[in-house]
Amino acid sequence: MEYFIHIGIVFFIYAILAVSLNLVVGYTGLLSLAHAAFFGIGAYATAILLTKYNINFFVSAGVGMGLAGMASLFIGIVLSKFKDDYYALASLGFNVIVCSFFINLDSITGGVIGIPGIKKPSFFGLEIHSNFAYLILALVFFVIIFLVSRFIVQSSFGRALRAIRDDENALAVFGYKVLNFKLVIFVISAMMAAIAGSLFASYITYIDPSIFTITESVFILTIIILGGLSSLRGSLLGALFLILLPEYLRILGLPNDTAAQVRQIIYGLALIFLMLYRPKGLVGEYEMK
Amino acid sequence: MNILKLKKIRKHFNGVLALDNLSLDIKAEGITGIVGPNGSGKTTLINILSGCESLDGGTIIIDDSLRSKKMRAYENSIFGITRTFQEIRLFEQMTVLDNVLVVLTEKNVLGAIFEKHGEYHLMKAEELLKVVNLWEKRNELAINLSYGQRKLLEITRALSTDAKIYLFDEPFAGLFPEMIKTVMKIIKKLKEEGKTVILVEHNMLLMRELCDEIVVMDNGKLLSKGKPEEVLNKKKVLDVYLGK
Repeated sequence: MEYFIHIGIVFFIYAILAVSLNLVVGYTGLLSLAHAAFFGIGAYATAILLTKYNINFFVSAGVGMGLAGMASLFIGIVLSKFKDDYYALASLGFNVIVCSFFINLDSITGGVIGIPGIKKPSFFGLEIHSNFAYLILALVFFVIIFLVSRFIVQSSFGRALRAIRDDENALAVFGYKVLNFKLVIFVISAMMAAIAGSLFASYITYIDPSIFTITESVFILTIIILGGLSSLRGSLLGALFLILLPEYLRILGLPNDTAAQVRQIIYGLALIFLMLYRPKGLVGEYEMK
Repeated sequence: MNILKLKKIRKHFNGVLALDNLSLDIKAEGITGIVGPNGSGKTTLINILSGCESLDGGTIIIDDSLRSKKMRAYENSIFGITRTFQEIRLFEQMTVLDNVLVVLTEKNVLGAIFEKHGEYHLMKAEELLKVVNLWEKRNELAINLSYGQRKLLEITRALSTDAKIYLFDEPFAGLFPEMIKTVMKIIKKLKEEGKTVILVEHNMLLMRELCDEIVVMDNGKLLSKGKPEEVLNKKKVLDVYLGK
């Protein structure tokens, strides 16, 4: 049972990451490869505040969201100068920069060693010890983020995002300040990723910079491409499939080292296969050009 | 009364002068046609008037307000300008209905987050799409429409703005005769409603029938301006079009 609860918690964390990234990539058409950076900012903020300053989890998660929001606002303004492939490359650069902060600010972040012994959250003085209680906490955060995302995509704001994705210059002609829309959704998405980071840090109880590299950003992107761009349901399906993948491989009885390599190969093959034969992903509504 | 006053406007691209000290007045509440050979600066003029291109020099006065040289496209709504494009630019992976609703709904970030389209927006969209026979196709993706239907949808999108000045860049190109009639009806109705229409088009028969005034451009300069029957029979205009 503990095993399934663990899978459930990891699923909810990655579902939050996927839903939030889909708002930027799938709905707005901005190919961001910096999502792991905001995931990391949330994780580090929570890890540092919980372990060094004994600050409540919910406050630290709020601080993480605030920091990710400010970082994403700055990054979003810089990225607004770029388009298409250059946008993706520049966002990748920001992920590398944020990661190098995690490595080099070792007096705060613990450098390459990272931060061990991160506490579990406490709620009105009660520490969430059991994994089942943590599953409920992750579920609550996931449901809130999913509902907020659904509210956004079904609003006039969401329709404008899709129009930006299709032709932002044509949309501007009709009175839209496109930059504001792009910045707001980028900041909202980063703040959601920071919540996933806070949940991740206090669940795994140990973080280091290697978790938040560009590989992680590509992994989250793979989830949403597999599940389907411009589809919240697709983000969940993609997360479910890719979080369960290592578990299928475990059932096959492959040694751990081999399983990790086979997993990477499957991610790559899945992406190539999708681009060739199903560019909209499993249930996506948008085909990347 | 002139709604648009252009004084010595200039625009160049990598050393090529697309608009060369062009001065032009455009009358309100009428249809003005802009003609000229390819590369004469017609589309550049439309792009500048709609804020899609910046101005290198000169001044533009819209309805007695001086327009900034660096006017951005989103400021069109302030001046009551809307447009269509020479190459169709729809929101391809959105439905026909959403292509119209996005123009009808809130454009401010905060307002848009807390707004969902309502009955009013749907009724307005229905009214507009029925004019071009696209209401039945409202749930289809714009990318799946035929060329003519896409052109009509783009015109409908421009009509959704309730602007004062409509800039149509080759709205008849590639349309079937029945669709041409529909677009002509739309343009004539805009004039009846007191709107100003600026029309770039190569079909001279249509221009003669529709326009109150014709502006002929050549090499980014004004070659001639006046009533269609006068302008289109001038020797220098015929020389530019047919060769000397």
